[in-house]
Amino acid sequence: MTAAPRARELGLTGCHTCGLACAAEHARCPRCDSRLHARKPDSLARCWAFLIAALIFYIPSNVLPVMYTSMLGRGEASTILHGVVEFWKAGSWDIALLIFIASVAVPSTKFLVLAALLVSARRRSAWARLQRSRLYRFVELIGYWSMLDVVVVALVCALIQFHLLGTAEPRLGIVFFGLVVVLTMLAAMSFDPRLIWDGDEE
Amino acid sequence: MTYPELVICEYCDSVWCRSELGDHEIARCGRCRAVLYRASRADIDQLLALTLAAAIVFVIANASPVIRIAVSGMHNEANLLQSIAALSHGSGLIVGLVAAATLFVVPLLQIVLLGWVLVFARARRRAPGFAFAMRWLHRIRPWSMTEVFLLGVLVAIVKLSGMLSVIAGPGAWATAILTVLITLIAQHDVRTLWEPLSARVAVELRE
Ligand SMILES: [Zn+2]
Ligand SMILES: [Zn+2]
Repeated sequence: MTAAPRARELGLTGCHTCGLACAAEHARCPRCDSRLHARKPDSLARCWAFLIAALIFYIPSNVLPVMYTSMLGRGEASTILHGVVEFWKAGSWDIALLIFIASVAVPSTKFLVLAALLVSARRRSAWARLQRSRLYRFVELIGYWSMLDVVVVALVCALIQFHLLGTAEPRLGIVFFGLVVVLTMLAAMSFDPRLIWDGDEE
Repeated sequence: MTYPELVICEYCDSVWCRSELGDHEIARCGRCRAVLYRASRADIDQLLALTLAAAIVFVIANASPVIRIAVSGMHNEANLLQSIAALSHGSGLIVGLVAAATLFVVPLLQIVLLGWVLVFARARRRAPGFAFAMRWLHRIRPWSMTEVFLLGVLVAIVKLSGMLSVIAGPGAWATAILTVLITLIAQHDVRTLWEPLSARVAVELRE
């Protein structure tokens, strides 16, 4: 285990924006004028709030249809999972898997990982700190790929809209889904990964 | 008091001393293994060239259709902005705004702000509003989703190809190039632009 000192013990704060090491008495970074925080304010409470809001919106985003398509006189409203099944049945198992990962696996992983990080950070747990730190960076990295479904619905609606063949319109499910992506991203951003390591010195 | 010779890990708050890195080396935190900084300092000429290329490609990507469909003599096409507009009907307005921000406004701001800072840096000057531009570049970065749009174009092509004839338009190719350019730009450590100009000149003279 490395014995690198931690900034808070030395009376230092790292600027989030420009990375400069500043003395802790500064309220703002002397170089870029961003606010300095030894730890993000109310990190755990904010993260829980965004996470719970995202979880609530996740239900209608899966239950409600995301798109209504009417082609050749046959209209249907499809949900996200319905879209996955259709790709699977049509033989495009790779695209089915891609959408499943982006719309189901990624948000679910984010919910579980962030909840686990929040609980263990609150308890100042020393368990698997390195792995938890890596898990946080992983969640940060994958988060925005969930926007995939929103892009697909937008493109299909723009192409089929007002077309003689039929119409395609976005439905309420995609609104909730877009908000879930934004809320989970805000949740991940408000979590302070430095909390994982607090208590490591003892 | 500030300590430019120290680096503090954003992920675990460990304090390390900066040291010179060899080419393509990456300094990682000994406690949590996060990346601390990279050897690739922002090469201003190269970065400016990439940013200008990105600006041109961005215009093409947004002005030309990304997907064209055709069936029994009828055809239709859509570009990025038309897709966002199609999404924004009625209750879709909120998600339309999110899409407009992440697929259009944020990438545009990234190109404009970076270009602004770099044009002045090339003349060895601090751009007016330098700190403002750099702060916002950092803040909006997580919300830039051009690569997600590219993947979405691919999925939409496969989805529609079952019932129609679908081809990727010039906008799709431009988006692919834009994604590559953004990835290349992201490999430069833009934060090194914060260093005082005198320090940058000293490094250039030594090289
Ligand atoms: Zn700063
Ligand atoms: Zn670290």
